[in-house]
Amino acid sequence: MAIFLSKESKVLVQGMTGAEGMKHTRRMLAAGTQIVGGVNPRKAGHTVDLDDRTVPVFGSVQDGMDATGADVTVVFVPPPFARAAVVEAADAGIGLAVVITEGIPVHDAVAFHAHARARGTRILGPNCPGVISPGQSNAGIIPADIATKPGRIGLVSKSGTLTYQLMHELRETGFSTAVGIGGDPVIGTTHIDCLTAFENDPDTELIVLIGEIGGDAEERAAAHIAQHITKPVVGYIAGFTAPEGKTMGHAGAIVSGSSGTAEAKKKALEAAGVAVGATPTETARLAENRLRG
Amino acid sequence: MDLYEHQARQLFADHGIAVPEAEVVDHPSAVHAAAERLGGRVVVKAQVKVGGRGKAGGVKMAADPAAAVVVARGILGADIKGHTVRSVMLAQPVDIQDEFYVSYVLDRAAGTFLAIASAEGGMDIEEVAATRPEAVARIPVDPAEGVTAATAARIAEAASLPAETAPVLQALWRVLTQEDALLVEVNPLVRTADGRILALDGKVTLDDNAAFRQPRRGSDSADPHGDPLEAAAAAKGLNYVRLDGEVGIIGNGAGLVMSTLDVVAGCGARPANFLDIGGGASARVMADGLTVILSDPSVKSVFVNVFGGITACDAVADGIVQALDSVHLTRPLVVRLDGNSAARGRAILDERAHPMVQQVTTMDGAAGRAAQLALGGH
Repeated sequence: MAIFLSKESKVLVQGMTGAEGMKHTRRMLAAGTQIVGGVNPRKAGHTVDLDDRTVPVFGSVQDGMDATGADVTVVFVPPPFARAAVVEAADAGIGLAVVITEGIPVHDAVAFHAHARARGTRILGPNCPGVISPGQSNAGIIPADIATKPGRIGLVSKSGTLTYQLMHELRETGFSTAVGIGGDPVIGTTHIDCLTAFENDPDTELIVLIGEIGGDAEERAAAHIAQHITKPVVGYIAGFTAPEGKTMGHAGAIVSGSSGTAEAKKKALEAAGVAVGATPTETARLAENRLRG
Repeated sequence: MDLYEHQARQLFADHGIAVPEAEVVDHPSAVHAAAERLGGRVVVKAQVKVGGRGKAGGVKMAADPAAAVVVARGILGADIKGHTVRSVMLAQPVDIQDEFYVSYVLDRAAGTFLAIASAEGGMDIEEVAATRPEAVARIPVDPAEGVTAATAARIAEAASLPAETAPVLQALWRVLTQEDALLVEVNPLVRTADGRILALDGKVTLDDNAAFRQPRRGSDSADPHGDPLEAAAAAKGLNYVRLDGEVGIIGNGAGLVMSTLDVVAGCGARPANFLDIGGGASARVMADGLTVILSDPSVKSVFVNVFGGITACDAVADGIVQALDSVHLTRPLVVRLDGNSAARGRAILDERAHPMVQQVTTMDGAAGRAAQLALGGH
């Protein structure tokens, strides 16, 4: 088991034939991901040789699903075309769309989320590093060699590099699944969705939740943990030093007023029984100690 | 990107929302003539991107052009909540009968835009919402449908606004969607004694991600009134925010850089900036980043914190070594490289053996070292 992604997952790549798409499709294949095809209407019927593998290119997500039984798509399509790509995937009825693309206009994200929700497609992202179940499959751009060992920790994070840092710190303990949900203001899969999935996943014994300033997703997650999560949760929040109203790179990380500050998030999590580390390293030690009991 | 009031006013007017006649001036010498063109009696409004400017003395009435000059002189150059006033808007005064509040704001948790409206505009809407939530209508807008005439009528009715505000609600939705805004707010929207509906003040935040399809915004979106170092960094394409501490920070990935700021602060020093060099830590980016950070005289040490995920640390180390050829390093540099190719990256820096560069292998240890150096330790 794992959440969202397993060795059974059959993965399409939209935008595979671009430079980023090719690079990361190679890396996903090397991590054991079942890549069943790329999607590009202008290159339908062609194949692409990636190292020792030959990957077919389909004209549409629907064609790719019909031919291969794909249930996951990873989207590398550039911002101007990303909305149409995600809408197409949802219309084809794909189960999970992992949207890596950075810089998608918020109005487009709002539109494709509403569209996907109505069709039962889960969206991860946009502007996210993706999801990895070590030893099974990797959908996105998380470097699989940071933590190759399957284990009992489930990780959910807004930030890509903090995901990598924590995976590195906890590589000997290992992960069931690590999910980067993305830092944009509107994202498809939330901390709460991941908490719920990890709670129901028999392979996950402990959850690491990484948040950052902006919005109130962590406060909502804290309320959810208090009500519904029985597994231990260890947390980390970035952005205590960020000044009010200054954008720190992630479109979503804007503090406005008291709600959304790192301090408010930390307090909410601690009130829900979550051990919150002061640094990524301390957070990793807390997780290890909790697992050892 | 937040807009100034006068920019928001222009967008409202472009989309058919009535606004008072107004002119923007940035020097007292231009005030007299502008006030005369507007009829003599004017409201002088500081153009700053901060709320509560009225209470802070940034909005004043002037009875005639001579008085407007005096008032504008007092406001131009003044400090409003930490923002220096570089321009003022002179507007025709309006005979207000009723004041309303209307906005469209992103509801992040729901992933949709919300219409927020109240018949009690003009004051702090957050306070109204907190004390009497029933006075504030919140209506989610279906993104596929948008704000139709029927939706607008429904929003107006829910907020007890007069029916003649409905066209403004539709026009404001056009501002939001056609301009790719994340927030449009009119406060107050007023009904005048002669029955006109006017937008008296407004806030608009534009989505920077949509710049590629908004050619009207122009290429020069950088704020000319901002911090000079931030402007220099923006000109080089760097994601830099200036803070007021003494430890310069360079890192990769917004989350890790924010975390680096916190860890440095936890060591008792204050970060001097946020700088995210992202995945591409080329020599050029590293040199540009160091140049900007070292131009800040309050910086006493610099901490480069890189976790190699996709980025390889040997490439980062090469970038630092090449940057050291073009940048005169006047303050100590603490480097922490970990992750992808960290051993090779550390070896490259060891070989360069620059007297001002130190390596520490852990993030917490390196932050402590950088803080110690900045605070005068050795």
